Amino acid sequence: MTIALETRNLRKQFGALTVADGIDFRLERGARHALIGPNGAGKTTFINLLTGGLRSNSGGIFLNGEEVTRLSQRARIRRGLGRTFQINTLFRSLTALDNVALAVAERRGVAWNLIGRANRHADVVSESRDLLTSLGLAQDADTRVSDLAYGKQRLVEIAIALGMKPSVLLLDEPAAGVPTMESRRILEVLDSLPQDLAILIIEHDMDLVFRFARQITVLSRGALLAEGTPDEISADHRVREVYLGERDV
Amino acid sequence: MGNLHAGGYSANAALRWQESLPWLVAIAAFFLLPEFLNLGARILIFILFALSLDLIVGYAGIVTLGHAAFFGLGAYTAGILSARAGINDPLIQLVASGVTAGLLGVVTGAIILRTRGLALMMLTLAIGSICLEVANKASSLTGGADGLAGITIAPVLGQFRFDLYGKTSYLYCLAILFVCWWFVRRLVYSPFGASLAGIRENNLRMHAIGAPVYLRMLAVYAISAALAGFAGALLTQTSQFVGLNVVSFELSGEMLVMLILGGVGRIYGAFAGPAVYMIAQDQLAKQFPEYWYLGIGSLLVIVVLFAKGGVLGLVDRMVSRIGKGRRS
Repeated sequence: MTIALETRNLRKQFGALTVADGIDFRLERGARHALIGPNGAGKTTFINLLTGGLRSNSGGIFLNGEEVTRLSQRARIRRGLGRTFQINTLFRSLTALDNVALAVAERRGVAWNLIGRANRHADVVSESRDLLTSLGLAQDADTRVSDLAYGKQRLVEIAIALGMKPSVLLLDEPAAGVPTMESRRILEVLDSLPQDLAILIIEHDMDLVFRFARQITVLSRGALLAEGTPDEISADHRVREVYLGERDV
Repeated sequence: MGNLHAGGYSANAALRWQESLPWLVAIAAFFLLPEFLNLGARILIFILFALSLDLIVGYAGIVTLGHAAFFGLGAYTAGILSARAGINDPLIQLVASGVTAGLLGVVTGAIILRTRGLALMMLTLAIGSICLEVANKASSLTGGADGLAGITIAPVLGQFRFDLYGKTSYLYCLAILFVCWWFVRRLVYSPFGASLAGIRENNLRMHAIGAPVYLRMLAVYAISAALAGFAGALLTQTSQFVGLNVVSFELSGEMLVMLILGGVGRIYGAFAGPAVYMIAQDQLAKQFPEYWYLGIGSLLVIVVLFAKGGVLGLVDRMVSRIGKGRRS
């Protein structure tokens, strides 16, 4: 199986606090992988290290076989690394279409056009509309994002990331704050994403995690605690211990 | 009713009939108010200056208190070319002013645009102050506190001499403003303009979609500086004098006030603001020579408190209310 994303002995410290403690991690092409752990385990920090938002102290990050450890966030994105955010990070006063089109235009390299009309870039507009349609947001394309229901805003988050056509997609709590009905919709959307796309999801909603992921990695205090299939993880006493504080399982 | 000129991929970029109004008013004023053409030319110059400011404040979200640095450099470039180098052709002066101001925009922008918010605003203020002091101290070139006199401007295109009544000044300024407005409008509705809206709305997300945020901001800052430089050159050419006030903090602040009065991020707010401000200033100064600033201050307070989005925001809401009234 081809490895889409890999970290080798990845380490990050803030002063005396170790937030990533020699993490060895592999994400295969087409993976449906979840990263879980209690609050403060270092999940979002790990995502930020992968995307280049934070620089590691040591260790390596490899994207599709190429080392990207010292590359900028932008260079990693250009090489196919997409992400969404735990808290909605949208262009709130713009329409859903514009939110996605900004990403599509960057990828297609048209965003430096100073004189041509944006709405005449039919390739950008139609690709953005198609993307929104594929996520069930066709009716909302021309609505301001701030006027959309929260669950739909979470889908726009995903749509923006998909607009970059990533080979690896990092989803930071895509269902955070979303009611159960809408989180089902998010799961449907995730299930419908291209099969060759490698997806790493961070999520606290265990129902969603166990239904979506084929592989689960558990982090605790910045270190890799366990890795395996959903069945293996649910049976692992160390995981129960960090989540529930149980000692005798 | 939202902002008509927000740009983006969803926006209809076709010209609307309302957009012809400022130009029709300007042409009508030329024929109907011949005694006010010098004031009119000055208003057109400040509209261009406000338009340049709107591009960075309204569309890119860069709040500046030092934009007069570029206006002043443009004004001094035109003046120095004439008074010191004997280059009197207005179009050559205009281009040179735009280029020098644009270059200053690149150099200063490269330093200050790495910061955001209050720090950025303070740095723009500092750069404005440095430029003022340079203009003051380099008196052999700029005339210092006495100002730069001895400026002569050749006829536009070798044909149209600048006259005492301001006819040539007015039409020349109107033509330059028209070209710059066309460019700004195209830019606002372009993919580049859409990306500026993205930067203004969410800088973090623009980084996360791989946009070169810093370079985009630098580009728009330089473009805005060049447009302000054009406006400065026009002031020199129409008044044939340059004083230190063209680089002052007061002018930067005054421009921001004009833009807020008109409406930020709307293109035409930059038209309405200076027109309202300067006509009010002209009339109040005649009626109450000592207290005219009180009138301007009151006007600003009223607009900020009761007219969100400036004069144009108010017009938008009135049109929207009338439309709703008709539908019901």
